[in-house]
Amino acid sequence: MAGIPHDHYEPKSGFEKWLDARLPIVGVLYSTLTIPTPKNLNWMWIWGIVLTFCLAIQIITGIVLVMHYTPHVDMAFDSVEHIMRDVNGGWALRYIHANGASLFFIAVYAHIFRGLYYGSYKSPREITWIIGMLIYLLMMATGFLGYVLPWGQMSFWGATVITGLFGAIPGIGPIIQEWLLGGPAVDNATLNRFFSLHYLLPFVIVGLVVVHIWAFHTTGNNNPTGVEVRRKSKAEAQKDTLPFWPYFVIKDLFALCFILTIFAAVVGFMPNYLGHPDNYIPANPLATPAHIVPEWYYLPFYAILRAITFDIWFLDAKFLGVLAMFGSIFVMALAPWTDTSSTRSGRFRPMFKWYFWLLGVDFMVLMWAGARPAEGLVPIISLIGAIYWFAYFLVILPLLGRIEKPLPVPETIEADFDAHYPPKSSVER
Amino acid sequence: MKKIILSSVLALGLGTTSAFAAGGGQAHDHDFSFEGPFGKFDQNQLQRGLQVYQEVCSACHGLRQVAFRTLGDEGGPHLTEDQVKGFAANFDVYDAELDDTRTAKPADKFPASGVENAPDLSLMAKARAGFSGPYGLGINQIVKGMGGPEYILDVLTSYTGEEKTQAGVTLYENTAFPGGWIAMAPPISDEQVEFADGHKNDVEHMGEDVSAFLMWAAEPKMMVRKWTGFLSVGFLLLLTVLLYLTNKKLWAPHKRKA
Repeated sequence: MAGIPHDHYEPKSGFEKWLDARLPIVGVLYSTLTIPTPKNLNWMWIWGIVLTFCLAIQIITGIVLVMHYTPHVDMAFDSVEHIMRDVNGGWALRYIHANGASLFFIAVYAHIFRGLYYGSYKSPREITWIIGMLIYLLMMATGFLGYVLPWGQMSFWGATVITGLFGAIPGIGPIIQEWLLGGPAVDNATLNRFFSLHYLLPFVIVGLVVVHIWAFHTTGNNNPTGVEVRRKSKAEAQKDTLPFWPYFVIKDLFALCFILTIFAAVVGFMPNYLGHPDNYIPANPLATPAHIVPEWYYLPFYAILRAITFDIWFLDAKFLGVLAMFGSIFVMALAPWTDTSSTRSGRFRPMFKWYFWLLGVDFMVLMWAGARPAEGLVPIISLIGAIYWFAYFLVILPLLGRIEKPLPVPETIEADFDAHYPPKSSVER
Repeated sequence: MKKIILSSVLALGLGTTSAFAAGGGQAHDHDFSFEGPFGKFDQNQLQRGLQVYQEVCSACHGLRQVAFRTLGDEGGPHLTEDQVKGFAANFDVYDAELDDTRTAKPADKFPASGVENAPDLSLMAKARAGFSGPYGLGINQIVKGMGGPEYILDVLTSYTGEEKTQAGVTLYENTAFPGGWIAMAPPISDEQVEFADGHKNDVEHMGEDVSAFLMWAAEPKMMVRKWTGFLSVGFLLLLTVLLYLTNKKLWAPHKRKA
């Protein structure tokens, strides 16, 4: 499967040969597990495992939660309390599921910014990047749909605000909004379809994750130097790589376990820290909360949505905000084509580094702005943040490739690895 | 990478904060026994708080998520079986089969609020958790364990004695309540409840006890949650160390450290 030359599975016993002729599943698993992996991967390459684990844990806890949850406006809130109070270990299931969403997004942001820094999106990994963006979009949708299910105040009003965004599309907007809601306002029909879709989308994500992995197993992993694995011969490739099993499995499990230790502390000692207290108030269509805010992981894009406070021609501010919000993710998906630099890794791009870290700061500032009431300096800060976001992908990346002088890149991955861990003979010499 | 983690943690604080700042005035910190990773509910305090709820709050406020039987649970007020039965018998609940009210049994839940506009108190201690701390960073929540119980205690003890009538409704000035004026008359006065254990019964002490009780009502599994958290962190830490050592040994020959 991989373009990097490596050992292939050889069926030995009679049964193995019989099976392999009919379904080469063992061979596929063998190639997947032993895939040659650049041996210089650093700790930012652990998020994939964390994300896979998050997806699994969310699906498992979710399936059990569904056994006790009732998707009806009169019963949803109480059924969640029933889970918290009467179901054996129900509090743990729910808190793991709720905080698991936060871990999922922390990991996905780390994963995305890793890709942006080391140029993982560049040729030949554009498909991996695009699939990743689709997964991220689906995660956002799934998280939003799930947040509506407990039917608390923020569930209800969050659903009202977010579906209202679609209503802002000129002409067909109101029709789309009504179609999404299943009626003129957020009600039982909305809750039911959100529940159905919240159960469906994670399995779509599973499918896309398989394609995501398939894609980067075809191209091989990127690595901190951005230099490709030598693949003229197996012997040459083996100088740059180590097999995924056991080297990276153990490394990733160590990192995962460390992160899970922190996660267990959050679930055990402060499970409500990242949630909005208002969601412990049952949904009330007659009482609007003072500030309606989405979960923390949507805040940067929520800030971009609210950054547009002016009409342009016949397009009103609200619709432009919606365009800007979806556009901000779309331009990120375009990075493989807007980044013109021939050097892949940010490690060897002296100017790029500054703009990259500024993008990180921009992301945090937007997150902060998204949580603030839209008053005072917040709208202007959001606007500046949104402009930088778009400028980074549409102006800075294309220009930098032309004006920047990259630093010399190591010849091979082996050379980079040896620079970190000098061979003993060379030290003695 | 460290920078990313640090800054995301910081941003989480920054981000979520302001969202919650709407909860009203800053609560004063109060040290409850159940704060922190090792904090436990004080069984005697929960029983006193239950008494305050029954004799004072329950006149208007419901507790409809809480089943009487849970009053006997470990990690809660931990009443005996007979005490639970006897306590439940103080309440009348609606029975759909009879289409009438009857005396409550341990399997029943507390009645809902009897007075319109008096919110149910089952989850109040979580719904009013707010997000306190300098610059709204939520740090006090972590470091000092501030949350809903502080807010409840603050509301109970922050009446100024001023009243006003607005559109036919009497409002009472309360410095802890968002907006400063609350429709609830000062609910407790000194020595209103007589505790069997002779515990002090001024407003401050009764407020403290009922706040603790409402925290239990909102999060009855807190003790088992913290214990599970403690065990999980312990085991995961052990596994992390083992995997660290495995990883180190595994990579040593390739990193020329063996």
